[in-house]
Amino acid sequence: MKIKLSQILAHIVLILGVLLMVIPIWLSFASSTHDTVTILKEGMKFGLGDQLTRNYNEVLNEKGGWSEEVTAAKMFINSFIMALGIATLKVIISAMSAYALVYFRFKFAVPIFWLIFITLLVPLEVRIFPSYKIVSDLGLTNSYTGLVLPLVASATATFFFRQFYKTIPDELLESAKLDGANSWRFFIDFLVPLSKTMIAAMFIFMFVYGYSQYLWPLIMTTSEEYWTVVMGMKIIFTESYEGVALPRTAERFAYIILSMIPPVLVVVFLQKWFIKGLIQTEK
Amino acid sequence: MSFLELNKVTKIYPNGTKAVHETSMNVENGEFMVFVGPSGCGKSTLLRMIAGLEDITEGYINLDGILINKVDPSERDVAMVFQNYALYPHMNVYNNLAYGLKNRGISKEDIEKKVNEAAKLLQISEYLQRKPSMLSGGQRQRVAMGRAIVRNPKIFLFDEPLSNLDAKLRIQMRLEIKKLQQKVGVTSIFVTHDQVEAMTLADRLAVINNGLIEQLGTPIEIYNNPKSMFVAGFIGSPQMNFLEGELKNKTLTSEGFEINNVTSDFNGPVILGIRPEHMSQTDKGLINLSVDLVEQLGSDNLIYGEIKNKKDFCFRCPGSQIIKKGSKLSLNINDNNYYVFDKSNGNRVN
Repeated sequence: MKIKLSQILAHIVLILGVLLMVIPIWLSFASSTHDTVTILKEGMKFGLGDQLTRNYNEVLNEKGGWSEEVTAAKMFINSFIMALGIATLKVIISAMSAYALVYFRFKFAVPIFWLIFITLLVPLEVRIFPSYKIVSDLGLTNSYTGLVLPLVASATATFFFRQFYKTIPDELLESAKLDGANSWRFFIDFLVPLSKTMIAAMFIFMFVYGYSQYLWPLIMTTSEEYWTVVMGMKIIFTESYEGVALPRTAERFAYIILSMIPPVLVVVFLQKWFIKGLIQTEK
Repeated sequence: MSFLELNKVTKIYPNGTKAVHETSMNVENGEFMVFVGPSGCGKSTLLRMIAGLEDITEGYINLDGILINKVDPSERDVAMVFQNYALYPHMNVYNNLAYGLKNRGISKEDIEKKVNEAAKLLQISEYLQRKPSMLSGGQRQRVAMGRAIVRNPKIFLFDEPLSNLDAKLRIQMRLEIKKLQQKVGVTSIFVTHDQVEAMTLADRLAVINNGLIEQLGTPIEIYNNPKSMFVAGFIGSPQMNFLEGELKNKTLTSEGFEINNVTSDFNGPVILGIRPEHMSQTDKGLINLSVDLVEQLGSDNLIYGEIKNKKDFCFRCPGSQIIKKGSKLSLNINDNNYYVFDKSNGNRVN
């Protein structure tokens, strides 16, 4: 088989792209397997060292924070709960509100849709003080509910679901009606299975969004019990070593590598559906 | 009391369009009724009102002795076959058929039995595990019908179900629908714009135009005895020839010929209708046709030509007769098979 020049070029570009993405991650990983002294003396490493188990073990189990009570493992659990809660609720609420907007022709459905859509212009960072005020008045600071709830409304996902539902032919609804399906059954038996690839895609986006939240948990939580991974990245392994001790660079690299794992896992597990949704339309 | 009664049913859309005007009709149990008419005539709206997919603005619909105006479509016990089949794309054929039964709370064993019976009847048993996207057009059509049959509804509604099929398959499915309906014996209403489908399927036929039933009757009644110019032009293929003329004292003058003793007291401008198949060649006939075009269908020839001021006048003769372009034919109307319509409103006057 003859390989065309253009194909070779395309592959070179692709390989360069992959390297650009992978090299920093590899550098972090390789560095996380050395001890701190080596890194401070010699800079980041390409080769693997012999401190892998020690570093990772320390990261996961050492108690940190001001009160020396929170471990990285706990932070991972917190982040996971937060991201999972945000992604799940966002998908459910968006799918249902899009369903209401498309299939129930109530008064002002269009203005309401645009109202929802406009909230895209008002991200959390803009409304962070009012949001904090509300959550704190409700007594939800330092709780998972407080971490998740203000972030679950999503204009983006509502918009995507709305556009998708609009492509579903009316006959399907009519046929389902004649087959005795009520509105709830139609949603569960038709829209949910038909949009499952869409749901998977939205779930991935929203999980990563929830996982990478920084400002909101930072403001929301005063108790270290509710710290999340992304917050921890700024705080952990710096606190008690100012002045005398060396910064614990190796451990922090290990922490970075660990912090990447949950979103990567979500993508890996859901990408089968995700890609299926992109290449094959079931209609 | 008839099985299905429509009493002065009217549909006005919110934007003021009147789709169906005070329509009344009765459909008997087990009857195959066909609504035929051009697109946009309101025939589908009428069907959808029976199904419950459109609200009834005025009038009443009774099904099996029950007023169904306000009954939810899911409780009317009607089944509908849609133009694009509307199969559930994410369910396999078995579940497509079973879905309506599941919603009615029928036990698993009964569902299985019923689905298998329907599948056998429609010869789709071997596709039961397939998704609709893996089926051909004809197979999808069968599944759509299976979905209707399996529920054993009071009435079948067909909304132009054959228009997505190719010509050959359409004829085959048409035959199968008719056979199936006779076998199952369920009252059916079939909407189509194709007059051949309408003629072949119907026990009775309703020709609908502009939201009004122009004529209701058996296909042959309507073919032989159209009440208006619209019906006459719509039913019959190739279309009836229409010639302008004048009727005075039972004598009709048109395009260079006269017909005496017309059985009508009407005086004034009229339209004369003659079906292409109701004429034959003679030595000295009424109509002189100069041939422009010959369509050879094998069994028949369709001859198109000019008589005086009228172009594209059609005459149908057996395929064995060889007629050349440019020749002159002399034609007579068989057995006084002609129709006279009032020019002003299209109503039949003879």
